[in-house]
Amino acid sequence: MHTKTIVELSQGLKDKDFSCVELTQHYLNRINQSDLNAFITVTDELALVQAQVADDKIALGNASILTGIPYAHKDIFCTKGVKTSAGSKMLDTFVSPYDATVSQKLNQADLVMLGKTNMDEFAMGSSNENSFYGAVKNPWNRLKIPGGSSGGSAASVAGGLSCFATGTDTGGSIRQPSSLCGITGLKPTYGRISRYGMIAYASSLDQAGPMTKTAQDAAIVLNVMAGFDEKDSTSAEQKVPDYTSNLNNSIKGLTIGLPKEFFSSGLGDEVASNIMVAIKKFEAMGAIVKEVSLPNSAYAIPAYYIVAPCECSSNLSRLDGVRYGYRAKDVENLEDLYLRSRSEGFGEEVKRRIMIGTYALSAGYYDAYYLKAQKVRHLISDDFKKVFEQVDVIMGPVSPTTAFDLGSVKDPVSMYLADIYTLSANLAGLPGMSIPAGFAQNLPVGLQLIGNYWSESRLLNIAHQFQLQTDWHLKTPQEC
Amino acid sequence: MEWGTVIGLEIHAQLNTKSKIFSAASTQYGQKPNSQACAVDLGLPGVLPVLNVEAVNKAIKFGVAINAHINQRSIFDRKNYFYPDLPKGYQISQMDWPIVGEGKIEIILGDQTKVVGITRAHLEEDAGKSIHDMFDDDTAIDLNRAGTPLLEIVSEPDMRSAKEAVMYAKKIHTLVQYIDICDGNMQEGSFRCDANVSIRPKGQKELGTRAELKNINSFKFLERAINLEVERQQDILEEGGSVVQETRLYDSVKHETRSMRSKEEANDYRYFPDPDLLPVEISDELLEKIRQTLPELPAQKKARFVVKLGLSDYDADVLTLQKPLADYFETMLEYHASNAKLCANWIMGELSASLNKHQIDIQNSPITAQALSLLISRISDDTISGKTAKDVFKAMWDSKDSADKIIQAKGLKQMTDTGEIEAIVEQVIANNAPQVAQFKSGNDKILGFFIGQIMKLTAGKANPKQVNELLRNKLS
Repeated sequence: MHTKTIVELSQGLKDKDFSCVELTQHYLNRINQSDLNAFITVTDELALVQAQVADDKIALGNASILTGIPYAHKDIFCTKGVKTSAGSKMLDTFVSPYDATVSQKLNQADLVMLGKTNMDEFAMGSSNENSFYGAVKNPWNRLKIPGGSSGGSAASVAGGLSCFATGTDTGGSIRQPSSLCGITGLKPTYGRISRYGMIAYASSLDQAGPMTKTAQDAAIVLNVMAGFDEKDSTSAEQKVPDYTSNLNNSIKGLTIGLPKEFFSSGLGDEVASNIMVAIKKFEAMGAIVKEVSLPNSAYAIPAYYIVAPCECSSNLSRLDGVRYGYRAKDVENLEDLYLRSRSEGFGEEVKRRIMIGTYALSAGYYDAYYLKAQKVRHLISDDFKKVFEQVDVIMGPVSPTTAFDLGSVKDPVSMYLADIYTLSANLAGLPGMSIPAGFAQNLPVGLQLIGNYWSESRLLNIAHQFQLQTDWHLKTPQEC
Repeated sequence: MEWGTVIGLEIHAQLNTKSKIFSAASTQYGQKPNSQACAVDLGLPGVLPVLNVEAVNKAIKFGVAINAHINQRSIFDRKNYFYPDLPKGYQISQMDWPIVGEGKIEIILGDQTKVVGITRAHLEEDAGKSIHDMFDDDTAIDLNRAGTPLLEIVSEPDMRSAKEAVMYAKKIHTLVQYIDICDGNMQEGSFRCDANVSIRPKGQKELGTRAELKNINSFKFLERAINLEVERQQDILEEGGSVVQETRLYDSVKHETRSMRSKEEANDYRYFPDPDLLPVEISDELLEKIRQTLPELPAQKKARFVVKLGLSDYDADVLTLQKPLADYFETMLEYHASNAKLCANWIMGELSASLNKHQIDIQNSPITAQALSLLISRISDDTISGKTAKDVFKAMWDSKDSADKIIQAKGLKQMTDTGEIEAIVEQVIANNAPQVAQFKSGNDKILGFFIGQIMKLTAGKANPKQVNELLRNKLS
């Protein structure tokens, strides 16, 4: 059952091949036996209650395609009455009194939440090694990282612990783990999905999205997640199209741009060759390939590592030990309360980024760092604007390498390079996808698709057409 | 050495919106602690601010009322600092692009008009309250006030004395109430100000080092705190010391200012645009629409009182300085359109004196404008004399009865029957032959003696005009 897609499970439920309670129990058993460390919290009881409700609806014939589908929810989304930790010791004791808008929407769709998935602390990381709850293992190879920060979500889908998962992507946190775990991940246009109740890392970059087995499943989940939310001023007041309606459109004549900067020296040979094979496939399907240039993409990493830390240094200020979350013991005075609660509650990488951001925003440095980074951001957006005048979609690698060994990258700056191809879409606010496109040394390789603003429908269509012609997305790890 | 004082004010006016500036929680004052703080006000993980359009409209209203420049694209920034009653670790405020830009306010000093420049007025959220005296070793936090919309009105350093500063603050206080953006309640902290005070040798152009006096919530304290601060700075400079740039707290109980923190150890606020809020775009249409909603402003009202009602500049200024006072006056005018001066005199005389004595606001006056109007009618129609009216006023104040009821009960109705008065006049003349002789020998002043006697006999009820006429007739 756990290798089935949403579409298949939905059919199975409808045909009474299995009940939702059976299906849920099956997943819960798998989670309990799993060694992937993909979950921080497993919500067994709640899941079985939701499963029963779903079964009742199905029996009454009131079911939608998503009714009763078991999913895993990234622990960055607030869930009423269920612990929401964002992978941090700081929020280890935090039980949210309210639901994030995304959580609410998924509840209303009668989905079954299996639990909350592991992640890099406050979504900061590319390997899922920065979690207070320990690293997640890659289902394809237990010695490898699953990618981050949505590593638990990616591993749970790839490892057959949930049918799909939610993720968030600030600099590649949906696409990179999707790529390294061999699943389909979509980061929509900034503002497409409400950020309300999603614990903020870098507000102007954060975007939620679905992590699924197939593009078709991603379209189905996006239909529920997307939409304007009056509680989030930055969410877009745009109608949500039916993302499944254009999946079968032909991609004949599609123009694909290959940015030469995405195929430069840092790209691993095996990844590159897999990507080129995938591109050839598209050509065979009638697409036209052009080389394009994103001249400022070299500055994406420095710009991102100013903007994101600046925003996070401010966003994480509320975690001060005063109202909720971790509070240091036996403090001497107010300053001691702040200093020790934050020193003891935050992990290394989070503290590093808070320090960078605090420094970059401080008097005398603001213009040199924050303002400069914002200018670079504009240049990067403009690069994309020009490219999208020539092509329909940009393609390239998601990650320069396949999943690397747990504990192998110790230098933070080297770790930052893992997101070299994904960051610029966040800086520009563009939608991006990762789809399985091959294997190198038995590890998945993801192909990245970046589209123009609000082109999710088109991206899903392109990905679906590719998945009709290939079977990379159907492969499952041996042990799962 | 002669010193000159330079003062600039930052006024925090709480906007009287129903809900908070970035959340739907109520702004009502005086509720149970933390009963009006929602997830957004508590700064829970994941929550986002949503701008209350009403707060923006009220800020614009202030801007158009002082003819200030309105920034049609305005940006909210985060001001980052840690404090237990600041739940998010930052305050949402405005830095480079406030809604209201430069404008000005006129104040009247004696017979001179002075213009005070307004640098800017920006929107921001209020913080919560730390309560230090509720538990022995712990500080309690009430977040009901967190997120209440504030308009911070920043003046140029244009004031030269504590009196001018108070005058300016009162003008702003009046204005925000006139245009109904702030209730002006200083006890509840709806209207409070910080004063930047510095001194310099008379004639020197460049400014001295300033100290900032924080959170003053009465005009009396504002005046005292500034004067105290000026004295303190003078003492320091005259002893050869130098003033430290710092924030000081005025303690109204001990009547002293003391250092809160010096600028050296002050926070670096690390302002940057709040990525959770979009820039505010203000259309020409909205500006015009808000301009249309402006009521008659104090300056316009004052001019009308002088030109149309013939009041003196001084009277008109006093009556318009507080909106409730002007409202009271205008209610009286509905009954006495032709007798504006008399109404003004009664408000500024008997009524104000009694209100001051009992420390009652005019809104809560035991004598309503209608009741006072009736009393004045009884003067104009000669039912009672102006002198008797003062006694009736006192009785009205104590009993809350109407003027007519009091006049009736105490039999104060003026004697207007000529025959009756005539008889008494004749009686007084007959009983006081020596005084009559004095009058006849040219002592005009003795007339007062006769009037006094007649008034005594009539218990003050005789119409003085009639008495006067009759006396002169009979004596000549």
